[in-house]
Amino acid sequence: MNPIAPPNPPVATPFFFYLLSGTMILGGILVITRKNAVHSALALITTLLAQAGLYLMLYAPFVAGVQIILYAGGIMVLFLFVIMLINIERNMKERQFNKQWLVGIVAAAALGGLFIAVYTKGTTLFSSARFAYRDPASLYAESGNTQGVAALLFDQHTGMYMFAFEIASLLLLVAIIGAVVMAKKRI
Amino acid sequence: MLDISTLHYLVVGAALFLLGVIGVLTRRNVVIVLMSIELILNAVNLNLVALSRYWQGMHGPGSLHGQVFAIFVITDAAAEAAVGLGILIAFFRNKETVNVDEVNLLKW
Repeated sequence: MNPIAPPNPPVATPFFFYLLSGTMILGGILVITRKNAVHSALALITTLLAQAGLYLMLYAPFVAGVQIILYAGGIMVLFLFVIMLINIERNMKERQFNKQWLVGIVAAAALGGLFIAVYTKGTTLFSSARFAYRDPASLYAESGNTQGVAALLFDQHTGMYMFAFEIASLLLLVAIIGAVVMAKKRI
Repeated sequence: MLDISTLHYLVVGAALFLLGVIGVLTRRNVVIVLMSIELILNAVNLNLVALSRYWQGMHGPGSLHGQVFAIFVITDAAAEAAVGLGILIAFFRNKETVNVDEVNLLKW
């Protein structure tokens, strides 16, 4: 285990990284500042799709596919349906930010200061996290990613997340029943 | 700045997390607060997958634990969004408003 030279090369150039992360952060800013909730939902879809691109850069094609299909294609469509069902026109004419917005910004700035302190002073913990991936000779076959995730989930000898998988399906069942009960007119 | 390391991804994840926190703390519309929570969960997912790649560099190409964790986080976000929006619909049916400020029935 060589802690100085991480050998995994990135997929694309820094241009794509900055483009995708700039799109993500711009989409995030649009989500929290738009008055119209549909605009916020569309900005969030843009953020999720750019994040799927970042997952592809990190050699995680299965998670990128799951992100696009489930998150952008399922959860955000659910959000848009609910925005359609509730009467949001009246809310668009009212005040958008609550009375404690300054305290909220100060709290978030304190959290940001904590992150900056961790990432500048904590490099002794992840000493090779500041080095770029610079080994173009190593080659990882990308057809193995889904098989690798499946091996961790389902395999008899290396599958250590099988119990969590079953609990997740139970969680989804509880969420389905809960959502149906919550949205019924008469229980 | 030109070579992309793990720290770059962590900083982007931290920035998204901060945007989500600002959205949760300052917006009055419940739907936008729920979308800011989704931003927070996405920032966490980005951290998980970036550090999974870092871990893979040290422990071999089969160590995809961060990616499996990210898949579970996406599953959890779906369940939480469904139940949260159900609660929103139930509340909207009673009070005809989507402002967080007016959810004050339990205030003393």
